[in-house]
Amino acid sequence: MTPSSLGIWLMMGAAGLLTFLTRFSFIALLGRVNAPVWLTRLLSFVPPAVLTAIIVQGVLIQNGALIHSVANPKLLAAMIAGGVAWRTKNALLTIAVGMAALLILSAVL
Amino acid sequence: MPPKIPSKGNEFWNGTRDELPILLGAMPFGVIFGVLAMQSGQLSQAQAQAMSAVIFAGSAQFIAAKLLADHAAVVVIVLTVLVVNLRHMLYSASLAPLVKHLNIGWKVLLAYLLTDESYAVGITRYTQPDSLQPGSNAHWYFFGSGLTLWAAWQLSTAFGVFIGTQISQDVLSLLEFALPLTFIALVVPNLKNVGSIVAAIVSGSAILLVSGLPFNSGLLVAGIIGIATGFIADGFIRRRTS
Repeated sequence: MTPSSLGIWLMMGAAGLLTFLTRFSFIALLGRVNAPVWLTRLLSFVPPAVLTAIIVQGVLIQNGALIHSVANPKLLAAMIAGGVAWRTKNALLTIAVGMAALLILSAVL
Repeated sequence: MPPKIPSKGNEFWNGTRDELPILLGAMPFGVIFGVLAMQSGQLSQAQAQAMSAVIFAGSAQFIAAKLLADHAAVVVIVLTVLVVNLRHMLYSASLAPLVKHLNIGWKVLLAYLLTDESYAVGITRYTQPDSLQPGSNAHWYFFGSGLTLWAAWQLSTAFGVFIGTQISQDVLSLLEFALPLTFIALVVPNLKNVGSIVAAIVSGSAILLVSGLPFNSGLLVAGIIGIATGFIADGFIRRRTS
């Protein structure tokens, strides 16, 4: 199902408004409501959960199907990048090494 | 005598200057977003550019472009963008007491400009004690850093939109890999407690099972399952150790 141009604008408006509300939430409420501790705890798990799902999707799934081969250059490059991220905590280096690894492994495998 | 209060202009330009190194990391992603948005085949140039102004959130825009290319339902795209952006509530809670005294216009402006990259730089100003004294112009620092990132994001998107359809398939698949790589760089160094590790492992496993769900809702479902399990595991550990 392909959204119409109007559908795209509506999607963008709704997504933009909701995104703004996440940013405005406590700034708007403060003075009256402080962020409850349970909520800040819950929200702290949003990045590891959501971003990891996106990582796994980008590395292991192609056209909706799981890539079964172990000789998957994206999987190996992602593992190398994960090692660099763990050791150096340097985002640019992680991305650069991951890209280089994918280029080399795609040529070799 | 209290220390001299830096002027609005001083604060603004300091914020701008301190944001510059961050642009090195952010601008390539603006370009890549512009390319992916055009390659999705679903967006006009104006729509791709407008997305950077209306949503103004890199990871969410990447996901939206990808879901559009996969012909996902509009409702699923909106909900997925919401879940990906929920983390902004954390920044909002952290910034709220510091901007409490400002008028509503300032609060709306700073909230609109609140991103991972502007929060990271802007909050450093508020760790300095003089930012909290009466009459401080520290919010101009936040405005300077946020506006700098905003302008760089719009420009880099425009460049990506411009070159968007001329990119070859090989370069495109390499560019697409920048997304998981960026998230690896964000997630891996922060896997420092049991809850986060559980959240990552559970949602990373769940996506393999639910990626075929209708309307491309797999990411949404896997994300929510991961957040909930991380929260429960964290609560369990806290009860055990307290």
